[in-house]
Amino acid sequence: MRLVEFLQQLINGLSLGSVYALIALGYTMVYGIIGLINFAHADILMVGAFIGYFVATDFGFSFVPTLLIAMAGAGLAGVIIERVAYKPLRKAANISLLITAIGVSLLLENGFNWLFGGNPRTYPAGILAQKTIMFGPIRTDTLHLIILGTSLLLMILLQVVIYRTKIGKAMRATSTDKDAAALMGINVDTTISATFAIGSALAGAAGVLVSILYSSLDPYMGLQPGIKAFVAAVFGGIGLIPGAFAGGILLGLIETFVTAWNSQLSGAIAFVVLIIILIIKPSGLLGKNVSVKV
Amino acid sequence: MNRKILAAVLTAAMTASLAGCQGGGVSTKSSGGSGTASGGTIKVGVVTPLTGQTSTFGQSAQKGLQLLEEETNAAGGVLGSKVQFIFSDDEGKAATAVTVGQKLINSDKVVAIVGPLTSTCANSLAPICQQYQIPMVTGTGTNTKITQAGDFIFRTCFIDPFQGQAVATFAADDLKAKTAAIVYNNGDDYSKGLADAFNEYFTKKGGKIVDTETYNTGDKDFNAQLTKVAPKNPDVMFLPDYYNTVAVIAKEARAAGIKATFLGGDGWDSSDLFSIGGDAVNNSYFSNHYSPDDTAKEVVDFIKAYKAKYGQDTTPDAMAALNYDAGKVLLQCIAKAGGTDAAKIRDALKNYDGTVVSGHIKFNSSRDAVKAAVIIKTEDGKEKFFKKVQPDA
Repeated sequence: MRLVEFLQQLINGLSLGSVYALIALGYTMVYGIIGLINFAHADILMVGAFIGYFVATDFGFSFVPTLLIAMAGAGLAGVIIERVAYKPLRKAANISLLITAIGVSLLLENGFNWLFGGNPRTYPAGILAQKTIMFGPIRTDTLHLIILGTSLLLMILLQVVIYRTKIGKAMRATSTDKDAAALMGINVDTTISATFAIGSALAGAAGVLVSILYSSLDPYMGLQPGIKAFVAAVFGGIGLIPGAFAGGILLGLIETFVTAWNSQLSGAIAFVVLIIILIIKPSGLLGKNVSVKV
Repeated sequence: MNRKILAAVLTAAMTASLAGCQGGGVSTKSSGGSGTASGGTIKVGVVTPLTGQTSTFGQSAQKGLQLLEEETNAAGGVLGSKVQFIFSDDEGKAATAVTVGQKLINSDKVVAIVGPLTSTCANSLAPICQQYQIPMVTGTGTNTKITQAGDFIFRTCFIDPFQGQAVATFAADDLKAKTAAIVYNNGDDYSKGLADAFNEYFTKKGGKIVDTETYNTGDKDFNAQLTKVAPKNPDVMFLPDYYNTVAVIAKEARAAGIKATFLGGDGWDSSDLFSIGGDAVNNSYFSNHYSPDDTAKEVVDFIKAYKAKYGQDTTPDAMAALNYDAGKVLLQCIAKAGGTDAAKIRDALKNYDGTVVSGHIKFNSSRDAVKAAVIIKTEDGKEKFFKKVQPDA
């Protein structure tokens, strides 16, 4: 592989990885606090993309207000889903919650397909000008840089929220022991709602960015990136915010280089990574091995 | 208590959504007998994706067939019986196609099946129809293997090798292309079949395939593959997949500095190709089954009836036309067979010779329709008829 091609693939990998990282952040945050693998996360991304699409096309909003409304809408959707679908099962076994999450995911996908049809839609062309940037022969573009920047920024912001604010303290307490946290006067319901609101707002932001990047959105758009982001979250250590970022970037790089080597393997590689990490270090790259007392 | 009610409502909603996936537009209208009674209803199953990533195709197909059902019944039905199409959703997935197909055969007691729409689904349902000896006519499954399942399986469209040959020959002869790159979906029978055919015929014509890259269903980022293609600088790039994917590939390929002319197959046919791909998909060529610009009587009549039913601003795409055709050929053969006996319908299909919207249809020994393809050029965000390619005699 020539050096120029290698550097270009490196940029490609970082770009793809930043998309995975952006989605994985929300996944991992909800898991870290509540212990639920929210399979509907990627579908909330789709909901956010749709909300953004409607405000951008019907009201002609520019990029920043579109993004904020999509985040708010997705956050609200996340809170409603938590109240309606997950809260009644809080005392039930984890597996019930997981199955419910899959149900919510199917409901959102097929519900949106039924409401709005499966035709792919596109954001108005001028919403975010995509400019190509050349570093000599190496090419990238503004949108990928924005996505990379957004994931970095959100990762730091999340760390700050969780470790430096009152609600963050409540979240950490809830994640350690729900009942004890309640006894200490923490409103567990509000805390969990806040977790879902933040996680889902992140998904909403990702939804808008991903649909602009790939110039289309449809009810099933969350399916495949959702699976990849899940792998990225596990890869980095599920529940750990920096892990989601690192896992996403690394998965993007691995996928790109394997595809560049032999594209026949492109579909399998993410899952090979998942299997290897589960065998070698089940707690993920940045995770600590916790021994469970029996 | 409150929680229980909520849980019940949610369960009901989820069940409904799941049932929605599987049931699709299944009608519960009862009919006399088991779909064979004269004077009652002739039930024909339709297996098509009404949800999922290929749902736009399935919905077009459904519109075409609903138009046919309405026209047929308004004209007195078939053999004095009303015709009822029972639509089942295969979600574009091979396993679901088998499940809903078996349900149509065993519990709805359909006399024949139109579909499945995608090659992947058609390949999985064909052996089942053959086993139950239920005539199956796919209007759009272009993968070669489908009709090899047995003598009850027919198709009213051309096959991928012909389509691949038409595009490859066009690239070599009309575009004078010497080098080509192929980027195809490794997980899709249709995409793979077309890629193989293009490879074979382009090489036969003296052209050189400089790079072949693959990806998977649902992929949106093709930069790794395209970065490899770019330095090889091919004259043409063959993208045999559906419009939603090729539009993204075309856009990323132009951004990666690939100057090749893009070529594709019938999966490109959608107005959404331009809304996603923008200028990147202009000045490309793809093969298709029919062009709405055609002035043949069947085409003009079909478009007029379609507009009358669905609105003046609609244009039937190839999916609507081809499924309308598949249904029409089947109904004509049921009429010719004089009843719903499967073997007689099969024999009537074998000897069919007629003209429908997408052209003249006659089945060859492998039960595939032998008919012409059209090459469409994309220009200024529109599909334009470019030329017709006749099959080898």
